[in-house]
Amino acid sequence: MNRREFIKLSGLLGTGAVAPSIFLSGCSSKPLPGDGLVKKTPTICDMCFWKCAGFVYSENSKPWKVVGNPEDLHSSGRFCTRGTGGIGAYLDRDRLKTPLIRQTDKEGRQSFREASWEEAIKLIAQRMQAIAEKHGPDRLALLHHGTGARHFEHLIRAYGSDSHAEPAFAQCRGPRDVAYKLTFGDILGSPERTDMANSDCIVLIGSHIGENLHNGQVQELSQALDKGASLITVDPRFSVAASKSKYWLPIRPGTDIALLLAWMHVLINEELYDQEFIEAYSTGFDELAEHVQAYPPEWAYLQTGLKPDLIRETAREMASYAPATLVHPGRHTTWYGDDTQRGRAMAILAALLGSWGRKGGFYIQEKVKLPKYPLPHYPEPASESHVVAHKGRFPIAKKTVSQALIEASAGPDAYYKGWIVYGTNLPSSIPGIRPKLKEAAETLELIVVVDTMPAEITGYADVILPECTYLERYDILRNSGARVPSVALRMPAFEPRYDSKPGWWISREIGLALGLEKYYPWKDYSEVLDWQLKAANSSLKEMEKLGVKDFPRKKPLYFTAENPPHFWTPSGKIELYCQQLADAGFDPMPRYTAPMEPPENFYRLNYGRMPAHTFGKTTNNPLLFQLAPENTLWVNPIVAKKWKLQSGSYIRLQNQDGITSNPVRVRVTERTGLDAVFMAHGFGQRSNKMRLTHGAGADDSELMSRLLIDPIMGATGMRGNFVTFVKEQGVG
Amino acid sequence: MTVQYAMVIDTRLCIGCGDCVVACKTENKVPAGLNRDWIVEATSGKYPELHTEFRSERCNHCSHATCVAMCPTGASHNWRNTNIVLVDANKCTGCKACIAACPYDARLIMHPDGYVDKCTFCHHRVEHGLDPACVSTCPTRCMHFGILNDPGSKVSQLLKSRRYKTLMPGTGNQPNVYYLI
Amino acid sequence: MLEELLVTPRFNPKVDPLLGIWTWEISVYLFFGGLTAGIIVFAALAALNKKDAVRSFSANSLALWAPIVLSLGMTTLFLDLEHKLFVFRFYTAFVPTSPMSWGAWILMIIYPVTILQILSTLRPGYPLIAGFVDRISIGRWVLDLTSRYQREIAIVAIPSAVALGIYTGILLSAFNARPFWNSGLLGVLFLVSGLSTAAAMVILLAKEKAEKHWYVRMDIGLILVELVVVALLLINLATGSEQHLKALEYLTSLNGYALAFWVFFIGLGLMVPLVVEFRELVKEHRVLALLGPILVLLGGYLLRHITVNLGQETAWQDYRMEHNPQLLERVKLNYKTEN
Repeated sequence: MNRREFIKLSGLLGTGAVAPSIFLSGCSSKPLPGDGLVKKTPTICDMCFWKCAGFVYSENSKPWKVVGNPEDLHSSGRFCTRGTGGIGAYLDRDRLKTPLIRQTDKEGRQSFREASWEEAIKLIAQRMQAIAEKHGPDRLALLHHGTGARHFEHLIRAYGSDSHAEPAFAQCRGPRDVAYKLTFGDILGSPERTDMANSDCIVLIGSHIGENLHNGQVQELSQALDKGASLITVDPRFSVAASKSKYWLPIRPGTDIALLLAWMHVLINEELYDQEFIEAYSTGFDELAEHVQAYPPEWAYLQTGLKPDLIRETAREMASYAPATLVHPGRHTTWYGDDTQRGRAMAILAALLGSWGRKGGFYIQEKVKLPKYPLPHYPEPASESHVVAHKGRFPIAKKTVSQALIEASAGPDAYYKGWIVYGTNLPSSIPGIRPKLKEAAETLELIVVVDTMPAEITGYADVILPECTYLERYDILRNSGARVPSVALRMPAFEPRYDSKPGWWISREIGLALGLEKYYPWKDYSEVLDWQLKAANSSLKEMEKLGVKDFPRKKPLYFTAENPPHFWTPSGKIELYCQQLADAGFDPMPRYTAPMEPPENFYRLNYGRMPAHTFGKTTNNPLLFQLAPENTLWVNPIVAKKWKLQSGSYIRLQNQDGITSNPVRVRVTERTGLDAVFMAHGFGQRSNKMRLTHGAGADDSELMSRLLIDPIMGATGMRGNFVTFVKEQGVG
Repeated sequence: MTVQYAMVIDTRLCIGCGDCVVACKTENKVPAGLNRDWIVEATSGKYPELHTEFRSERCNHCSHATCVAMCPTGASHNWRNTNIVLVDANKCTGCKACIAACPYDARLIMHPDGYVDKCTFCHHRVEHGLDPACVSTCPTRCMHFGILNDPGSKVSQLLKSRRYKTLMPGTGNQPNVYYLI
Repeated sequence: MLEELLVTPRFNPKVDPLLGIWTWEISVYLFFGGLTAGIIVFAALAALNKKDAVRSFSANSLALWAPIVLSLGMTTLFLDLEHKLFVFRFYTAFVPTSPMSWGAWILMIIYPVTILQILSTLRPGYPLIAGFVDRISIGRWVLDLTSRYQREIAIVAIPSAVALGIYTGILLSAFNARPFWNSGLLGVLFLVSGLSTAAAMVILLAKEKAEKHWYVRMDIGLILVELVVVALLLINLATGSEQHLKALEYLTSLNGYALAFWVFFIGLGLMVPLVVEFRELVKEHRVLALLGPILVLLGGYLLRHITVNLGQETAWQDYRMEHNPQLLERVKLNYKTEN
């Protein structure tokens, strides 16, 4: 086994030649956009996970624009910033262009060489077979993100493994999903079942809608605000949402649970909660009522810095609009290591307001009944990754914790022997993972990276496979739970550029090379789609015109007398008191623990999203790069004065463990408080093959060397890190 | 001028997401690195007493457009007797007088091919009854477009019922992008 | 505090981060334009005062310089155009609201006027050339005709040249968007400065001491007038609106144009030549006799240079940018041929 060293892709591909600009000046008038031959193709956006349906336009066979499909409920015909910039994903000149294979020269230097698909797939199949024979197929794991991953899930399951993990769980939605499942016995879904368009009061606690651009929610929040809904935003930073709020609660960071408990205290003690709803549908109210007596607003004031009157006033405000009061569950919720409990507190608050299953709160999602394409059963895998990777930890996590799977892949005795990494740049999506990643890369017998861009993760690969972008391929049908069930189609608007291929094709070729023909009885994935669509009373032909098709609902949108709720919890009710947690040795009701305080001259590292980008996935997109080419570090003017920082100058950050960041541009602004600095996530790309974004801005995740792990489900709490300033010489 | 087109942008809904900027770039095939519109954020006050306003800004298609007045060749002109200001690339010498003439700085840009380029209010869409690309893509629906001398139009209604401002009315240019506040 | 900034970066060429549409080409053009105006005026004035034999160079030979100097200016003006093939568009329209359009047409008058001026004084001014022309019958007829109407030609030339001189200033002052330019005094200033530079040029070119002295006296007068106009301009800014006050700051700030304006333009370009030229009247000095007019010419250029550059930097609004706009260069570099 060769030791695998990290290869920067720089040595391989020369910078693309830039054609000289042509001096065009004739006397004919310039053609107007759309004057030429226009073609329109349906798609499902893949710039983030919201999956909005839209149309791709080309003019005279050149890519032109992407716009929302007016019939689509995810987007209401309007794409967000990133979706509108989708053409940039296709145009990106830094895309992976051909399969690449790691090679070692006579001096022992490793590099990548271009290879044919045939050779690359043969190599992968050989190594996969070797792993299956030597260790068993379940020792191959898939690390993934995005819709295209389903083709590779299919591949590894056909091969005999069910080991897979995505950072979307332990680095993002996990704690929230676990908490709501424990409380209501149901999932929030994606898009979430928030009925914001009909809410009269919306509570955002840490969620910064507007900076995260979850399209449907941004639109619904705006609609609600336009109608005059009351917005309560809890955020230490004056977020965009805070600036639109009736009440902004600039809470002391890390003290959300104290506020949530105090709100419950007020709702219960002032009998403002939905008594009928609670009585009919919940268990454990008495325990909860007793539990929250210890947490009056006066107590919370000391923790949160929010005046007791304000806490009472906002609690009454929420109650006055209930059940059309939405306590938004947020999405990225891995913060302080007690995140499942925080999610529980939010769920309980929503229950007290009676908003679950009610108009203006949380509606009931419905999907289209879409049969699966008939395929033979997968072989029974020899192990389950969450069991193998968790090693008895994180008892409530039913999904695999990504960093645990990586740990279980590091070292000569590691369980996992091979990886397929699909669509996720692990070093930046899992904080502090680089050392383990390096360790795992040294012993794993195969690392395949399937991606569209030469992000940092590709440097760890044995084989890099260039997937074409979503604009150049068929993919699985979209069938998300929603107000109205619908299916949506993604189909190629353009031929795959360079020597890139669709995910389904790659999966199938590897499958065939492994002798798994029976799992790929089709030649082209469009056959699968057509079969499924016909079974649902449509057809590929129809969908290639429509893009989206709605189907009638079978059940009402909200709970009604005729449609009584059902909760898939052990008790069949909303569990205010959670026996499952108690049985596993955790607090059955949320309790507050104070966050760590930063040492002198250190500030909390607060991070978030910016509307132009989906993490680091879009920062090299030539259209979106122009909108936000770097992240900036927000510093309060008083802090800036103390450190003599000026807007526009560059500075490095150093965290409590001495880790120093890239230079980052300072923005002195009142929008952040005295104890925290803020930056958007997704920058400081280390791959110099991503020529636009390489080295621009700083990477927040590399400063997160102290992770606060949620013992309940393994989430990596990222907000326990403190930073100080290191003056940058010669820049700015 | 027979028809006065106006854009009305609700700063109370605008989140500064920049979708309008990208939509403009793709719709109008704006050369790489150039902008016909942009987002300004204005924050006033002191933490935690703050107010933030976002504004999507572009050419104001002024009723008294100094760029048209200053153009020596008639390249800068009003489209079909409306307030929409266009530049005819075939008449433009690249003298840049229009750029100097714009008090809103940079509503006009140099196209790499040498002529002056600018926001057109997407007149190619307007003539088909469509909203400009920026307006039609805005996810918050904070942007509105229409005819101001039609009292029944949405833009007229909004200006009648809401408080608003324009940018630097003191220039005398009579801008036609309005911001609801 | 009010924090007002561009949250999407903007790096439109010649516009961001500071307006920089016009550089030396326009300054040179304005300088030569003013110089041309001065040349024509002095040539015409001398031609009208035939009895004053002192100014024989101005009366007979100076006019030839006008089209040469003007053509140099027109060349740099052309160099500034970004869409050069379309330069003819200046002459397919007349836009009465546009000073630049006026300018284009004024130049169309200036050229024939200077040609007539040259022809009307060709025989005394350039006998060798006139000798050749006189050999052709139509040439002789033209020279006869123009020298007969020399006086009338001079009378037409003066207002045309004054229009040109004023135009070089009005071109800038018509932009209300640029507070520093936005004063009608700029027209007067550029005219006076143009006359002063032309006088300096004659001092350098004329051979007769008496003619040189006439222009030294004239130049002293013009410099004094110029100083007064500059003072008025500054008072105008100092008593103006917020934008004007901000523009004035550029002239008082060391990071701005304070050094160029006060030391080089006012000091070396006006005050020093004033002193030198006074001294020249009292006691002649070979080197100083050259120094004075050369400084006047340099000062004349500097005035245009400072005005053109500074004026562009003054604006009604001034947004800072959240991001480093220069990062957009990466896109321009890598995506030249694609949107």
